[in-house]
Amino acid sequence: MSNKKTGVTRFSMIWQFLKGSKRFYILSVLASLTITLLEMITPQIIKLTVDSVIDGKEMTVPRMMIAWIESMGGVSVLRKNLIILAIAIVTVALVTGVFRYIQMVASARAAETFTYTIRNKLFEHIQRLPFDWHMKNQTGDIIQRCTSDVETVRNFVTEQFMNVVRICILVALSLSFMVAMNLKLSIIAMVSIPIITGYSLIFHKKISDHFTEADEAEGVLSTIAQENLTGVRVVRAFGREKYEKDRFEKQNNIYTNMWIKLCLLLSYFWGAGDLMSCVQVMLIIVFGSILCVRGQMTAGEFIAFVSYNAMLTWPVRQLGRTIADMSKAGVSIDRIKYIMESEEEHDREGAQEPDMNQDICFENVNFAYDEAKPILKHMNFTIPAGKTFAILGPTSSGKSTMMYLLNRLYEIPEGHGRITIGGVDVRDIKASHLRKNIGMCLQEPFLFSKTIGENIGITERAMKMELIRRAASIACVDDAIMGFTKGYETEVGERGVTLSGGQKQRTAVARMLTQNAPIMIFDDSMSAVDAETDAKIRAQLHEHLGKGTVILISHRVTTLMSADCILVLDKGEVKQMGTHEELLQQEGIYRSIYNMQMNCEVTE
Amino acid sequence: MSEQMKKEDEKQIRLKWFGIPLLFPFLKRYKGIILCMVSLVLLNGVIDICFPLFQKYAINNFIAKNTLEGLGKFILVYSLVIVVQIISSMVDGYQASLIEMNLSRDLKRESFNHLQTLSFSYFNQNSVGYIHARVMSDTNRISGLMAWGMMDITWQVTYLLGAILIMFIINWKLALWVVALTPIITFVAVFFQKKLTKLHRKVREINSHITSNFNEGITGAKTSKTLVIEDKMDEAFVETSDEMKFTSVKTARLRATFISIVMFMASLAMAIVLWRGGKITLQGLMEIGTLSVFMNYALGLMEPIQTIVRIISNFIDVQVNIERFTNLMNTHSDVEDSPEVVEKYGDSFEPKKENWEPLNGDVEFKDVSFKYPDGDEYILEHFNLKVPQGTNVAIVGETGAGKSTLVNLVCRFFEPTAGQVLIDGRDARERSQLWLHSNIGYVLQTPHLFSGTVLENLRYGNPDATMEEIEAACKAVSADTIINTMDKGYDSDVGEGGDLLSTGGKQLLSFARAVLANPRIFVLDEATSSIDTITERLIQNAIEHLMKGRTSFVIAHRLSTIRQADVILVVDDGKIVESGTHEQLMAKKGAYYTLYMRQFEQESVEAAFH
Repeated sequence: MSNKKTGVTRFSMIWQFLKGSKRFYILSVLASLTITLLEMITPQIIKLTVDSVIDGKEMTVPRMMIAWIESMGGVSVLRKNLIILAIAIVTVALVTGVFRYIQMVASARAAETFTYTIRNKLFEHIQRLPFDWHMKNQTGDIIQRCTSDVETVRNFVTEQFMNVVRICILVALSLSFMVAMNLKLSIIAMVSIPIITGYSLIFHKKISDHFTEADEAEGVLSTIAQENLTGVRVVRAFGREKYEKDRFEKQNNIYTNMWIKLCLLLSYFWGAGDLMSCVQVMLIIVFGSILCVRGQMTAGEFIAFVSYNAMLTWPVRQLGRTIADMSKAGVSIDRIKYIMESEEEHDREGAQEPDMNQDICFENVNFAYDEAKPILKHMNFTIPAGKTFAILGPTSSGKSTMMYLLNRLYEIPEGHGRITIGGVDVRDIKASHLRKNIGMCLQEPFLFSKTIGENIGITERAMKMELIRRAASIACVDDAIMGFTKGYETEVGERGVTLSGGQKQRTAVARMLTQNAPIMIFDDSMSAVDAETDAKIRAQLHEHLGKGTVILISHRVTTLMSADCILVLDKGEVKQMGTHEELLQQEGIYRSIYNMQMNCEVTE
Repeated sequence: MSEQMKKEDEKQIRLKWFGIPLLFPFLKRYKGIILCMVSLVLLNGVIDICFPLFQKYAINNFIAKNTLEGLGKFILVYSLVIVVQIISSMVDGYQASLIEMNLSRDLKRESFNHLQTLSFSYFNQNSVGYIHARVMSDTNRISGLMAWGMMDITWQVTYLLGAILIMFIINWKLALWVVALTPIITFVAVFFQKKLTKLHRKVREINSHITSNFNEGITGAKTSKTLVIEDKMDEAFVETSDEMKFTSVKTARLRATFISIVMFMASLAMAIVLWRGGKITLQGLMEIGTLSVFMNYALGLMEPIQTIVRIISNFIDVQVNIERFTNLMNTHSDVEDSPEVVEKYGDSFEPKKENWEPLNGDVEFKDVSFKYPDGDEYILEHFNLKVPQGTNVAIVGETGAGKSTLVNLVCRFFEPTAGQVLIDGRDARERSQLWLHSNIGYVLQTPHLFSGTVLENLRYGNPDATMEEIEAACKAVSADTIINTMDKGYDSDVGEGGDLLSTGGKQLLSFARAVLANPRIFVLDEATSSIDTITERLIQNAIEHLMKGRTSFVIAHRLSTIRQADVILVVDDGKIVESGTHEQLMAKKGAYYTLYMRQFEQESVEAAFH
């Protein structure tokens, strides 16, 4: 918080998230103020009862109460009808109860509305962050920011901050009542507050490192278990059960001992805290008694004083801890701010929505994720509309990168060439228009945890079953899906039903087909499908959706060879380009790969 | 997976005594500490009850009598009680955490170790996430509640009973008035707690939905973008978010009602004491100090009742965890070494390597029939196959045809339902699993590495391997080039599950790891399917070289890779339909021939088109 500027922006971010929940906060604070005031009344009633009604001393309660009692006929009436006082207490309690209900519900509403806003904003924002950002940031870390950091901030704003406000109100009110009754005794109570709070604040600050350490130790333990379970085949096949057992045991002990040590520290802390509060209560009882005996205080005042003091004990002890915890919120706010401040994807001014069934041109495209390692170098070629264009190349030769540049998952920086569709630079096309018209299938397809039918029809709200099944049949996955007991209603990832790699890939192909995009990219998207089905799918594609431009990326020569043009890519450069026959005539990578793959198969 | 857990969470389980007796074997070890903790808590409860009595004494003996006589003694006794109370509460707090942590450690260790002995049918039937939660979170919940729940409930019950007792001793008539309220508050607490527990479960469930929504939104970002479904994703998210808000506010309303009622009841109790007790005091039958202390007890009675009800509902909740844990511990492996075998060869944790015979690698299936423990259909029936030492067996077939079955039997991950698998002429069951596994090298389709350095992973199969051996092995499978590009070479971190490496890189490392183990039997499970063609060739050469003299089983996707195999087994729908060499099978013109020729025809037809 040392940097004033970040403090302001932190605040303004929180302020922005508080939209819609502020009124609940205000209501909650007001209700809590009322409750505290009401809670101050009961000890006064008791004091009145003990001192004036029972003991017959003069009334020392606030003037309003005296006036009220006088109007009823004085203390003697009360003495005969103690029930009036009891009813007064019950009435106060009833009103307090109503306000407590209001306060609790209002603060819950405030908290929920706040979390609701922040959560939705985060999700919406993350969806729209550039793909580049997603690649740079770890999923687990982002989820952590969206869940536990949000939780921390929520606690800060709704619990901790409110608690501090509430405790301050309570302390101020109790102390003013206490001072009004007896200044000397109040000093004892007052002095102890900063001591207890400060002590607990310092302790919790000190111990927070230990907590982090223990949490990390648990994380390590959890990872060991996780890896052991996912790698159970490897563990068994290498006969390393004992090693795993020892590894787990060792970390388990580290983790356990860390916590035990931490608990020991905590018990010292609680012990010392208890000691302080108990001694404080004792001092008040002892000095209170002395004051009473000296005639400087009445028995009723003594009792009321002790009750006010008791009201303070717990909140004051919590105050230090709360303040210590609050300091953690700064980190969490920054972690959320990091996401919120990342810039969303946006289109250029005057972005167009041109017809997409046109030639795709790569014009001197250069690209690198990292300056030192260029991925694409001077790419120049045209993919004619309506043709099948194949790309062959080793891993990390830049095949997928080309596709990402085409649908703008990554953008070509200024001055590094351009890609055009029908002459329009892709950077001048609306991203949504571009992507809607470029269907893309990936090697490791991502299916959402919905039903298979919903997955295929995800691009449209309530897509007709006919369309879904038609796409699935073209992708040769309809039979397999119908083979599941729940058919298209089968949840992806549901127990007992596991889609094989090939089925997943084919489902993703079907999903892409529902897009009806004029440009279709198959980025090694049938690697887990056997060659026969692969060919069948391509034949069906050709039959049903003849007109589109198809870009095929594959390692499988049998897949590529029927393309209208094959591009051989190596280290970001075009090595060869031409039809299958043309390439076979040439000495080069294509022919050697072809021979490697075919030798075993075609020479029979 | 999560569905399964959800259903189990919702299930109301009734175990005897909340299932605590099931944990006796684990709690027994700490009975000393537990006993000590419980007695200290009892002491604490008693002291806590006594504290208001000091106030009473001060009012009745100093203030009312207007004298300070005996104040010194009073301070002394008071301080002494404080010291005792603080020490005992410190000690028992520490003891509770000792019990919690030790119990949690023991439960974790036992379940983890037990998992190391379970057979593959268990792992096939339960997802990793599910099993992981048994080891990590069930054990935490159980031990946390056992330790702190036990402590809290002891204190609360002591305080409650003690306070009631003291009230009766002071003035039984007045006490009756207060105690009359307790059934009402108990009823209210039970009523609300039940509803709250249900709602809390729902909130937890929605919360996990939200997390998985975030997870999907992030891991599926590329897909959402290419499909342009960001808006639809938002809508779905807001729906879940709405549900969360609604349920949470509903829970808060219920809680607010509950707490307000409890607090009101406390004030009611005090009002009753003031009214009835005031009368008695006015009549001179009770002292003022006694009245004030009575009010204290009346006020403090409501919270313990509420807490006790809450702890009981926690105990009801934790039964699910206890049941899941005991179920895991009671699951027995389908594959177990007989006592005689363990006697001679040792178990998985304490091997007696001195008694291990060398393994040559003769494998024979003798009249083997097999079905998976969770399946109904026989996959192998009276299957016979001799695989002499050094033979290269290839298993081919469509994806999902059940090619792994034979390998599972060879590795004794499963045992034949009938018949025998012979290793070096003796039934595999005559030697320990560890003996067999120590002689097997295994490379998986989806390679699995452990977090740690490259070196640690390579040494996994052979902890004693020298640096020269390691380098040679890496070179043999071309893993050295990948390792050399990493910033710290062999000491580079591979990340969780090896995620800092590419799939190809992971595969090469896992291959080098298998080579280093210097196994007598090699198992390759479609290991080469996601490496580019050139690297694949390199590996293929290495494999051929390394397989010489070793028995090997290769599950292959592409037929081109296994033409040189000594025996090719063709699997269809889980069953072995053909076997023989490439030439024999081609001559036979059966299933293998069709499979092979289809690829060939396809290619030639397509080639002819252009």
